[in-house]
Amino acid sequence: MYTFSNKLKTFSIILMVLGLLGVGYGFMTSHKSLDEVKTMLAEEASHHGGGHGEETAHAVADAHDTHGEVAHGEVTHAEDAHHGDAHAEHVQHQIANRPWSALYVAAFFFMMIGLGVLAFYAVQIASQAGWSPVLFRVMEAITAYVLPGALIVLAIAIASGTIGHYNLFIWMNPEVVAEDALIQGKSGWLNLPMFAVRGLVFIAGWALYRHFARKFSIAQDNAKYNTNFKKSFRIAAAFLVFFIYSESMMSWDWVMSVDPHWFSTLFGWYVFASMFVSGITVIALMSIYLKSKGYLEFVNENHLHDVAKFMFAISIFWTYLWFSQFMLIWYSNIPEEVTYFITRINDYKLPFFGMVALNFVFPLLLLMNADFKRVPWFVVMTGIVILFGHYIDIFNMIMPATVGDRWFIGIPEIGSILLFAGLFIFVVFTALTKAPLLAKGYPLIKESEDFHY
Amino acid sequence: MEASKVIHAIYNDDDVLMSAVKKVKAAKYHIDEVYTPFPVHGLDKAMGLAPTRIAIAAFLYGLVGLTVATVMMNFIMIEDWPQNIGGKPSFSYLENMPAFVPIMFELTVFFAAHLMVITFYLRSRMWPFKNAENPDPRTTDDHFLMEISVHGNEEALQSLLSETGAVEINLIDKAH
Repeated sequence: MYTFSNKLKTFSIILMVLGLLGVGYGFMTSHKSLDEVKTMLAEEASHHGGGHGEETAHAVADAHDTHGEVAHGEVTHAEDAHHGDAHAEHVQHQIANRPWSALYVAAFFFMMIGLGVLAFYAVQIASQAGWSPVLFRVMEAITAYVLPGALIVLAIAIASGTIGHYNLFIWMNPEVVAEDALIQGKSGWLNLPMFAVRGLVFIAGWALYRHFARKFSIAQDNAKYNTNFKKSFRIAAAFLVFFIYSESMMSWDWVMSVDPHWFSTLFGWYVFASMFVSGITVIALMSIYLKSKGYLEFVNENHLHDVAKFMFAISIFWTYLWFSQFMLIWYSNIPEEVTYFITRINDYKLPFFGMVALNFVFPLLLLMNADFKRVPWFVVMTGIVILFGHYIDIFNMIMPATVGDRWFIGIPEIGSILLFAGLFIFVVFTALTKAPLLAKGYPLIKESEDFHY
Repeated sequence: MEASKVIHAIYNDDDVLMSAVKKVKAAKYHIDEVYTPFPVHGLDKAMGLAPTRIAIAAFLYGLVGLTVATVMMNFIMIEDWPQNIGGKPSFSYLENMPAFVPIMFELTVFFAAHLMVITFYLRSRMWPFKNAENPDPRTTDDHFLMEISVHGNEEALQSLLSETGAVEINLIDKAH
């Protein structure tokens, strides 16, 4: 049995408190009056000098693309006073969006780790993998975060459109929808009640699978027969079918709909690859941590090698999907879809291309060598890079649509990461104390303990 | 060249072979060669063979392929005749790179795979019309053969090998 050390518990609570302070600070400083925004813009303009006129026009044109506020498009450049007002209002909204988006990105990132591990766990059971059963309890503990994490993500999404001033999803704003024929056409899918119901159905499906998989896994520990194993095998297969549909729709709802004018068919897969590789990386980091504390003496470098192979392969899979999505849109260059990448390349050049280095080049070069995959500190180092890269990935999906070029990784973003990192550690390690760390009744456990590559 | 003698110890089970290899190694004899009908897992480790470096070679060949693809397309599409084809930017390699990535990828894989296979053939001396180096045709079917050269220690070696469970021990004169 694992005991949640007081040090780690205090650490997670400190993270949560610091995070809450950061998030609070973010919300406190994001309410700027229109005049304040105007002074700020005037100051910025004086720094930029003569090119300002052009830049403003450009920014408004962008706003039209990303936010679909058709009214802005009708503003002519001659009406300088009105133009300035509309621009300042737009910037004011972006500044107000920042703490919401920072919170949402971090919440989604940690939820996605739990969900990715849940999918990985189901794949291991459905494929009756012989190497991984020694890691099942670690995976089960990580998936404990799926239910609270996903509920928090959904709550933030709905709160941004009810408590907040439509800070994440502009399709929730009736004024925008009234003027926007494109969103009107999608309102059969994109409406708040349906959004909430769909979200709850997805979360219920994931949480139910997690609940029963965990229950059967623990019941199998001291059982004489394999009935629980058979049940967990069947529900894993059924869950994987449900998962791939629900995950795909979840990514349209929770991620893609921040840009309601844009759509991409492989988006669900792309988000899936990101969550899968982050989840596998966290399994590796958790196992290395627990082994270093002496809790997983049955896990050896052969298991680590296999997890690292998955990190390597799914990193490449993520890149494949990232590139496929990017290249197909870049190549055909259809205005209605290419704006998505134009805003990202113009305003998010470093994060957008930096994440390809973090998520592809790093793991590719560091984890290619078979010997390196067996060295714990090497896997930890690569794992941290991969996790950071996939945070940036989610950042790139949400931020351009909500805060536009007003992005920065500052106190609101880091505070949100700390808050959810603390919560994640707290939930996961608490779940880890609830059951023995070796799923000893699992039929393939002996093979897994003797696993040798 | 002087005529040298070798002993062929024949086994009919891979587990027996593995333990025999370990015993012979423990007795500090040098095993010249082992012939098996299929890969025996762990045999190379038991014999103390050095690990293969073919993966490193393949990585380097892949880099060659990537370089070939980049240099080729940079010359053709950007330097030699930078046409406007369907509005694709041909001002610099980087600007038009997404269109080149499929070819860069395929040539990397092509070079890595093919040159690695050719390296394998060269290093293991395999080619068409090569004379087979098979001391006993049964080793391609269901027998395992261990070859140890004799340096005047014939008696001791034979008794050791018979202890290891060999079904047949033959002393062979190998005229060089």
